[in-house]
Amino acid sequence: MSDEQTIEINALVNGERITRTVPVRQHLVDFLRGDLQLTGSHLGCEHGICGACTVRVDGAVVRGCLMLAAQIDGAEVVTIEGLTDSGEIADLQETFVVRNALQCGFCTPGMLLTAAELLNRGAPASREQIREFLSGNYCRCTGYHAIVDAVETTLNRRLGG
Amino acid sequence: MKAPKFSFVRADSVAHALELLERHGDDARILAGGQSLMPTLNMRLSQPELLIDINRLDALKGISVEGGVVRIGALTRHAEVMDSPIVARHLALIAEAMPHVAHVAIRNRGTFGGSVALADPAAEMPACVLALGATLVVESVQGRREIAAEEYFKGLYETARRPDELLVEALIPVETPGSVSVFMELARRHGDFAIAGLACRARVAGDVLSDVRLVYFASEDAPRLATGAMAAVEGKGWTEATRAAALAALDSDLDPMANLDGSAAMKLHLQRVLTGRALDAAVERARAA
Repeated sequence: MSDEQTIEINALVNGERITRTVPVRQHLVDFLRGDLQLTGSHLGCEHGICGACTVRVDGAVVRGCLMLAAQIDGAEVVTIEGLTDSGEIADLQETFVVRNALQCGFCTPGMLLTAAELLNRGAPASREQIREFLSGNYCRCTGYHAIVDAVETTLNRRLGG
Repeated sequence: MKAPKFSFVRADSVAHALELLERHGDDARILAGGQSLMPTLNMRLSQPELLIDINRLDALKGISVEGGVVRIGALTRHAEVMDSPIVARHLALIAEAMPHVAHVAIRNRGTFGGSVALADPAAEMPACVLALGATLVVESVQGRREIAAEEYFKGLYETARRPDELLVEALIPVETPGSVSVFMELARRHGDFAIAGLACRARVAGDVLSDVRLVYFASEDAPRLATGAMAAVEGKGWTEATRAAALAALDSDLDPMANLDGSAAMKLHLQRVLTGRALDAAVERARAA
């Protein structure tokens, strides 16, 4: 693989400044999982359909499999590990447990990252709007109902309802 | 599911990107949002020699309005278009279409210009720019060229943009008072690729339609301006007879392709259903306005 082009990246990942040299064709989640041992971001389909690889880049959720590691140079990345440590979604995570909003847990990190973006908008959302917002994250266990329950409950609590 | 080897350059200016395109032409691919390009790389359906990452080119970002024309920079993310007050006020068709574009994580990264440049036949933005009579602006080292949307979409992922050209912006006339627009699509699940779709703009006085533009997408190789159906409703009241004439005209306007979602006949049927619904909605919206 000596003819493989590499590139240096500097980024803030979960609040820590990192500098690494990565192959230019490596996607972001392979970098997070393999190089940084942040294995909470999962790889399901690797072509942008399932949402298991969802991470936050510069404040917005993206598909980690549809971004190159090379592209996070200068960016801020938050994975489920960072989001958990910050306590930002402790209430959502607790409600996921209470409502049984996960079974195998494979989709859960991505589901939480996407739900966190909805919660951060701070606006009321109907169950239908919650479903629409989460529609890019597949869950093959729960049938979604309990996930919508958990997000709805957390959102209403945060809005003081 | 890993991308093949390629070379990678971060363009640091539009001029830099254009020089690279001039030198590498069809062997290079522009990496904008990457929401269509990256899947094709991961699945090795595409093996470019060079990726030119244009994500740092701030000159290609942003939305502004001047002299009755909205400019959308090619690198503007879908999410920004969706939340834009300028788009909400002046381009109701695009505002209505945007929630149909994939999902939130895709819209956060995918770009308006990327969608128009790729010209996926099931994509929403190509149909919208054609319905709104937009002008698409491309640049190469030779200079800038403006292409009318009618001349731009050529076929399956084929456009009038040359391999040495970069799509830099779309110039879209504002929707004027008295005009209404309707966007509708059918997909199996929210955010999936459409299996039939219609972007429509018209003037409605009472129930009389004029300046009607009907653009169908997702059923053939490129967004299609249905000139026969447009002529059938032009200046007419929206009556049963007009409806029948429009639906009949779609026979020669459209040439749907069968795929896994359905036969050509089913797709033509769905486009007809959408035509009726969309013009019903146009008349209703004009009445409510």
